[in-house]
Amino acid sequence: MTAEAGPSSASTAMLEVARVWKSFDGLSVLRGLDLQVSRHEAVVLIGASGSGKSTLLRCINGLESVDAGSITLDGDLEVTDLDADLDRLRRRVGIVFQSYNLFPHMSVIDNVMLAPRKVLGVPREQARRQAAALLARFGLADKADEFPDRLSGGQSQRAAIVRALAMEPELMLFDEITSALDPLLVSEVLDAVRDLRAGGLTIVMATHEMQFARDVADRVCFLHEGVVLEQGPPEALFTAPRQQQTADFLARARRA
Amino acid sequence: MASLVGFVVVISLLVSRTPGWPAVQETFFNGEEFVATFPGLLEAFWLNVRIFLVAEPLILVLGLLVALARNLRAPVFLPIRVLATAYVDVFRGIPTILVIFLLGFGVPALRLQGVPNEAVFWGTMALVLSYGAYVAEVFRAGIDSVHPSQRMAARSLGLSAFQTDRHVVLPQAVRNVVPPLMNDFISLQKDTALVAVLGPIEVLRQAQIDASFNFNYTPYVGAALIFISLTIPMTRLADWLQARTARRRRAGSMA
Repeated sequence: MTAEAGPSSASTAMLEVARVWKSFDGLSVLRGLDLQVSRHEAVVLIGASGSGKSTLLRCINGLESVDAGSITLDGDLEVTDLDADLDRLRRRVGIVFQSYNLFPHMSVIDNVMLAPRKVLGVPREQARRQAAALLARFGLADKADEFPDRLSGGQSQRAAIVRALAMEPELMLFDEITSALDPLLVSEVLDAVRDLRAGGLTIVMATHEMQFARDVADRVCFLHEGVVLEQGPPEALFTAPRQQQTADFLARARRA
Repeated sequence: MASLVGFVVVISLLVSRTPGWPAVQETFFNGEEFVATFPGLLEAFWLNVRIFLVAEPLILVLGLLVALARNLRAPVFLPIRVLATAYVDVFRGIPTILVIFLLGFGVPALRLQGVPNEAVFWGTMALVLSYGAYVAEVFRAGIDSVHPSQRMAARSLGLSAFQTDRHVVLPQAVRNVVPPLMNDFISLQKDTALVAVLGPIEVLRQAQIDASFNFNYTPYVGAALIFISLTIPMTRLADWLQARTARRRRAGSMA
C-alpha cells in the first residue's frame, strides 16, 4: 500500500516493519503499514493526529502488541514473535514520550542510573559516572541531584532523553517529544535530538515540527489512515508532494 | 482562642450544676482512685503496646502481599487473585471483635499440636487478619493511583514487570498512602483493647478489674487518657504528613 519503497533494501534494514495491523476497540489505527529504517538513518514521521504515528512507535518498542504483520530488528529479533524477549528488545530500542514520564520519587541522576544498574547490572559508581557525563553533555550537570518537580519542561524532556540514552540504545524513538512544551523551550530539546543525529544514532521520530523535520530528517514519511502514504527526502516531500493528502496536510500544517 | 476557653468554661459550669454531678464526679473522677490505679493501668498498657508493635508490621506485610496478589493480571494467577479477593471480602465484612472471638476461642479449641494456644496470640492474629484486609485495599488504591505511563516508561527502559513494581510503582504508591495508613494505625492502637474480650489483662481488662473492685469507674477514665496521650500525637503526625503529600502533589503537577 506504500506509494513508494524506502531507499534501503530489506537486507540492510535495521528495522523492518512489514504489513502491520493494529486496532483498538475495533478501530483500525495501523492498516498494513510498511517501513524500513537503515542504520544511522533519521526518519521523521508526520501526519495528522490519529494517523498512527504514536501507535507505530509503541509497537516498535513492544509496548503495544500488533494484530498482524511483523516487526524485526536487525533481522534477528522478531518484536512481534509472541515468545520474543521484550525486555531484551527494549535494551536496544529507547523511547521518549511526549509527557516525559520521569520517575518523580527519584533525583534526576537516579532516574538515569536506574535501568543501567538494574537491567544491565552496571555497578553503582560506574553508572553514576556515566549518568553524570550524559547529563553534562545535555546541559543538565547542575540538575543531577534535583527532583523532577524542580525542572522546567525542556529540562524534563532532556532528562528523559538522557535516561533513554543511558541504556546505549541502537535505535531511538521520539514520540512528539516537543508537543507538551512551551514554544520557547522547544528548541533546546530539538537541539538535543540534532546532537544525537550528528552522532549517527538511528532515529525514528514523530513530530509536528515541520521545519525541524526538514532540517534533520534523512527521510520523511507521511502517515495517513494507518499506512505510509508517501515518503522521501524532506526537500522533495515538502516542496513537491505527489499525493493530494500529503499536500493538504502540509498546507494545513503551514497555516497552523 | 478566647472563644475556645469561654466555650470550655461554659460547658464545665453547666455540667457541674447538673443534679447528678457530685455522684458522677465521685464515680468517674475520683482523685484517690486515680492515683491508686493509674500505675497498674500503665503496666497493663504495655501489653497493648506489644500487641500493636507485633501486629502492625505483620499487617503491612500481609496488606502489601494481598494488594499485589489482587493486581496480578496474568491468567495463571487467577487462583491467587480469587483467594486474595475472597480474603478481603470476608474479613472486611466481619466486625473485628467477632474475628477476635472466633479465632480466640475457636482455634485453641481445635487443640492443634505445635501452635500457641494463648489468647493474646490469637487475639493479635485476629487483629492482623482484620486490619490486613483494610490495609490491602489502601495499598491497592495507592498502586492504582500511580499513572500507567510510569509503568510504561519503566518497561520501555527494559525493566522487568517485577523491577517496575519494585523500583517505580511501589515507592510512589506507598508514598501516596502514608496518610490513610496512619489513620489505620491509630485505629489499631485503640482496637488492641478488643483483645480484652479473650481475657488477657491489657489496659481495658485491668480497668474493668479495678472498677469492679471498688465500684468506681475512674480507672476507665485513666485508660482513656492513656489511649488519648498516644493517639493525639499520632493524629497530628498524620495531619502533617497529609498536608505535606498534598503540597508535593501540587508541586509535581505544576512541572
